[in-house]
Amino acid sequence: MIPTLIVLAYLGVVVYIGVFAFRRAHGKEEVEDYFLASRSLGPFVFLMSLFGTNMTAFAILGSSGHAFANGIVTFGLMASSSALVIPLTLLLVGTRVWALGKRYGFITPVQLFRDRWETSHVGTVIFAVQAVLLVPYVIIGVMGGGTTLEAVSGGRVPYWLGGALVALVVMTYVFFGGMRGTAWVNTFQTTLFLGFGAIALVVIGWGMGGFSRAVEAIAASPQSFLLTRERVSPLYFLSYTFIPLSSIAFPHITIFCLTARRMTQFRKTVILYPLCIAVIWLPCVFLGVMANRASDVPEIQEKLEARRTLSAESATLAPEARDALRAKTAADDVLVLLLNRYAPLWLAGLLGAGIMAAVMATDSQILALSTMFTEDVFAHYEGKTRFGEAAQVHTGRAFVIGLTVLAYVIALRLPEGIFVVAIQYAFTGFAALAPLLLAALFWRGSTKWGALASTLWVALGVVGIAALNAAVPAPPPGQATAVWSFAGQRLLERTAGGISVLGLLPVVPMVLISALLMLVVSALTPKPSPETIARYFPPGG
Amino acid sequence: MTDPGPAEKDRRIAPVPATKMKTTLLVLATLVVYVLHQDVWFWTSARPLVFGFLPIGLFYHACFTLLCSLLMWLLVRYAWPEHLEREAELPHEDRRP
Repeated sequence: MIPTLIVLAYLGVVVYIGVFAFRRAHGKEEVEDYFLASRSLGPFVFLMSLFGTNMTAFAILGSSGHAFANGIVTFGLMASSSALVIPLTLLLVGTRVWALGKRYGFITPVQLFRDRWETSHVGTVIFAVQAVLLVPYVIIGVMGGGTTLEAVSGGRVPYWLGGALVALVVMTYVFFGGMRGTAWVNTFQTTLFLGFGAIALVVIGWGMGGFSRAVEAIAASPQSFLLTRERVSPLYFLSYTFIPLSSIAFPHITIFCLTARRMTQFRKTVILYPLCIAVIWLPCVFLGVMANRASDVPEIQEKLEARRTLSAESATLAPEARDALRAKTAADDVLVLLLNRYAPLWLAGLLGAGIMAAVMATDSQILALSTMFTEDVFAHYEGKTRFGEAAQVHTGRAFVIGLTVLAYVIALRLPEGIFVVAIQYAFTGFAALAPLLLAALFWRGSTKWGALASTLWVALGVVGIAALNAAVPAPPPGQATAVWSFAGQRLLERTAGGISVLGLLPVVPMVLISALLMLVVSALTPKPSPETIARYFPPGG
Repeated sequence: MTDPGPAEKDRRIAPVPATKMKTTLLVLATLVVYVLHQDVWFWTSARPLVFGFLPIGLFYHACFTLLCSLLMWLLVRYAWPEHLEREAELPHEDRRP
């Protein structure tokens, strides 16, 4: 009961911060204030909020779950590659987006594309692809809230109520606080979950009687691969460095880059970002691996048993039985289970609140979708001219309510797995959209037709990968089914983790072909006017 | 004691104008760090266990994130796009289509 009360109190604090931010901005119904906090965020809020926006539930729950099954490779695949690529893109792309936004008043990336390439409809196509790729995040956030609250409360708060509570809390502070409320809540939440990892590490380590024996036991067991990267090829590992390209192409991150008061706010963010990643991911990945030795947690033992059966009998199992076993091995809750077992009740509650903080990072996506809808559709197609700026903010708020209610209804009716998979496609899709931003900002020869070709390729590519994954059944872990071979060479394979292309993640050919299409099609099509090009590439700039 | 102000607080990471040589060196440094992410030398080995419990592969990548932070400090100091700050201060012009 105590952890539940602490988490509920935490939700109350979050709502208060959002409403407090609303009161600070009261009387201002301007679009820039609601959607961009008047481009006024200071260095601390900018760093914490940007980092919190990027770190979704996956950073805590997913990383430990992935490490539970795959070992320490999780950190190299997802954390250290992000530690290099994300701050680099913030420095190179984020600062340019900020400067152009400040000078020309842009609020969304599509506005920048429309102006840069002198186009209206290509911008609408880009908006549609971005929105479709982003919506699953909102749904998964509501689902994550329901699941986590149910786990933390030991089942006292059922899934439907937990999901409703989280949806209501997020909706309230996004509705009232807009970007200012979201940024302040994110800052509070990020501060909380930055402390989470270290405390969880100490408490669980203490409870398990230290980690040395556990690590030695894993090293001496058939699970010793958890402590190395022997089950992952270097090529596959390399292809993961393409995934963080998605970060800067996510509309909620691009939009967030516009909220800084001064460009110098990027400096500390860029430098400290890798350290923040280490502080969050290192304990979560390590604890995920250590969960394999939590012999006194029955739920974890059930997962391990299911994994052993799957590994030993997979070839002889019926597909339904294999899927059922796979579902049992799902491990996103291992950290919560470890905390419930080893942490005192009050601390489990506080740490549960830390997990909730990560789960609720969905607020930025809701606000971004609202911003994109009102700016790229409502205002662009004369809504602002006809009904005024206040009506645009009201439309944005109505959109927040509509989207959150829709996400909740879907979360109650459809299985979570669908959206987990959709998010994996979204990372690939947004990474492949990154060449659009790079071309718009750095290549004067880029054209709207090049942008259209890249965007259509991304849409088709994501649908194609999803169709292949659905059509070819997943083989047992460690094996691969040939999907398309040529001259004895396997070009496309279906592995347990999804489709691979020449041993690489699909994100690699997706990004490279997207960039190639931008180059080739732009070279063959008419350029924007010299005046526009001169504004983006001033002489001596 | 007076408040040093934001400019003074940022002094240690204040940008230094980039030269062609510096730019080349920074690009090279970034490429080297990218290559260092592919640490094939610790691929199949868990030992030595750093502090008695941390597999060497995990410890290496924890150190890699610190190296990334150092690289970012160098980039901010020596490749900061100062001209963008000046451009942003030019007269505002609403270009939202």
